[in-house]
Amino acid sequence: MSTIQATGPEREIRDRFGFWRRTYAMMAKEFIQLRRDRVSFAMIVAIPVMQLLLFGYAINTTPHHLPSAVLIQEESDLARSVLKALENTAYFRFVYEVHDVDDFDNLLKSGKVLFGVEIPRGFERAVRRGDKPALLVAADATDPVAASSALGSLGMLVQTALQHDLYIGDAPALPFEIRAHARYNPAAESRLNIVPGLVGTILTMTMLIFTALSVTREIERGTMESLLSMPIKPVEVMLGKIIPYILVGFIQAFLIVNIGVFLFGVPVLGNLLLLATLSTLFIAANLAIGYTFSTIAQNQLQAIQMSFMFFLPSILLSGFMFPFAGMPAWAQYVGECLPLTHYLRIVRAIMLKGATMQNVRFDTLALAALMLLAMTIAVTRFRRTLD
Amino acid sequence: MNGGNGIAIDVKGLSKSFGGREVVHDLSMQVRRGSIYGFLGPNGSGKTTTIRILCGLLTPDSGEGTCLGYDIRRDAEKIKRQVGYMTQRFSLYQDLSVRENLEFVARLYGLADARGAARDMVKRLGLSGREGQLAGELSGGWKQRLALGACTLPNPQLLLLDEPTAGVDPKARRDFWNEIHALAAEGLTVLVSTHYMDEAERCHEIAYIAYGHLLARGTVDEVIAKSALTTYTVTGELGGLAAELDGKPGVDMVAPFGTSLHVSGRDVAALEASIAPWRETSGLHWQKSHPSLEDVFIELMNRSRDNFQ
Repeated sequence: MSTIQATGPEREIRDRFGFWRRTYAMMAKEFIQLRRDRVSFAMIVAIPVMQLLLFGYAINTTPHHLPSAVLIQEESDLARSVLKALENTAYFRFVYEVHDVDDFDNLLKSGKVLFGVEIPRGFERAVRRGDKPALLVAADATDPVAASSALGSLGMLVQTALQHDLYIGDAPALPFEIRAHARYNPAAESRLNIVPGLVGTILTMTMLIFTALSVTREIERGTMESLLSMPIKPVEVMLGKIIPYILVGFIQAFLIVNIGVFLFGVPVLGNLLLLATLSTLFIAANLAIGYTFSTIAQNQLQAIQMSFMFFLPSILLSGFMFPFAGMPAWAQYVGECLPLTHYLRIVRAIMLKGATMQNVRFDTLALAALMLLAMTIAVTRFRRTLD
Repeated sequence: MNGGNGIAIDVKGLSKSFGGREVVHDLSMQVRRGSIYGFLGPNGSGKTTTIRILCGLLTPDSGEGTCLGYDIRRDAEKIKRQVGYMTQRFSLYQDLSVRENLEFVARLYGLADARGAARDMVKRLGLSGREGQLAGELSGGWKQRLALGACTLPNPQLLLLDEPTAGVDPKARRDFWNEIHALAAEGLTVLVSTHYMDEAERCHEIAYIAYGHLLARGTVDEVIAKSALTTYTVTGELGGLAAELDGKPGVDMVAPFGTSLHVSGRDVAALEASIAPWRETSGLHWQKSHPSLEDVFIELMNRSRDNFQ
């Protein structure tokens, strides 16, 4: 009791600086808490570094060496020279050579290639006769950014590349015509690309957050302790927490697709049921990843931060904002590990290209694999005891 | 089944450390079936940790034993089906209603008629008409009752209650204990931790634990007898008497109880020698009495602090 009296008068004098002292007290407390919160601390460094590296190294808005296919209907030296010239433009990288139109279409449809070059039958003869035959370059224009720069400079570049060629020589103009065909999005409207992409992006953002908080919330509110003392298994907790949000995600996807179709005029060329099924898979994969974060995070703030750290590369490296094919190999590998990358291919293929299950089966498998991986980690990470 | 020898909990040599600090040390205890076993000790003494080990929420670093006949290390899942654990902090869902919380628990335990079981429990708890109220909106006493109801819903054989009446008013506390006795009468074994001495006295057996060590156990009378403590109760004009007596040889403890003072020691001769100068002081009335359970515990705690800290 006596100590309280002794400090009485001193306090009053000091209180003249009360505003600053209290502000200082609050600041000091915040710094201490920040220092103890390792994830926040990591974010302070990781976010700018990640952003800079991704934007600086990974992202390329005029992509080169884009995966391309060639449909060869005639084996000739001229055809080879033309292909070589196309490759020399540095825009194309021929990864498939097919002889069948259906194979050619499917490659474009599934998104395995962005360009397809068709060398028609009798091409060389027609050139020699001076008929100016057409060389068809089909581009997957669902992503107008990726396609446009290559298509735009095609004619000039090919001519330069062929300048010293045996057949063409120094002719003032190309002896054949390059007919570019922007498939799926001939008017190069970016909304056709962005709206399906937004389906995936919005779902990623919302689904992650829903489940990222689910386990940490139980721990913070103290309900986890009694939950653990009851006979329920980690898998049951996980599925019980994920499944309700699949429905939520489904409603959300339905909403976005409808707005896209009726407000923005984005077509749905493919099967709606297929789109719905694979969207559900994608929703589940994101929920599983969010749930995994919640089994790792110490508190709700950390869970949100982890989701954000996952969301950022998802936006940048999935092909949503920037052409996937334009990124360096390492960034593409990272991108392949993100569900959004695969879903973007699926949703664009189904909506804009009318793709079938056959066209998107690899991305579907990848989504399923990522989901199972996340679930496995979550179930192993889920602590059955309070040790 | 479940070790029909009439022992519900039988553990030996339990130890548990967190970050190098031993919270429970070499703890052994037996709890008879159908008894109410009180678990006493100061904050941080390892009561909660022991209870969590018993219900499989923590794995002991060493030691072994059975709970309802199941091995506490191997059969945690089986133990969970038979044990109702009431956590120290309210751990039902605050944003679910009374009925929804009870139905959730009933379903987790796989009760055939979850709705019916929840409805019956609402009635038993005296919460009829309030089953739609959110659990978070209940008063402290009602929250505890609801938590107890949720624990007993799946008909467990053993209840582990971790400070169930902390922060609950006396009337609610009494009701709560009546309920516990009613449950024990039905054959349930109850292990309950508490700080309240009056609650300890309502237990069939008690164990006192401090700094992770089990210091005393038995019935209340046994624990008091074993303490070998002699207590004098002083009433009257106490003034600064407590401070003067403190630390005198033979005086192990001086504790005020309302208007009286309890002066206790294990060495009767030394104690009586030390208090002799004040025995004849006018205005002070000395009486040799039995130590209360609280005297015994505080003395045990003081002694254990010297030993273990």
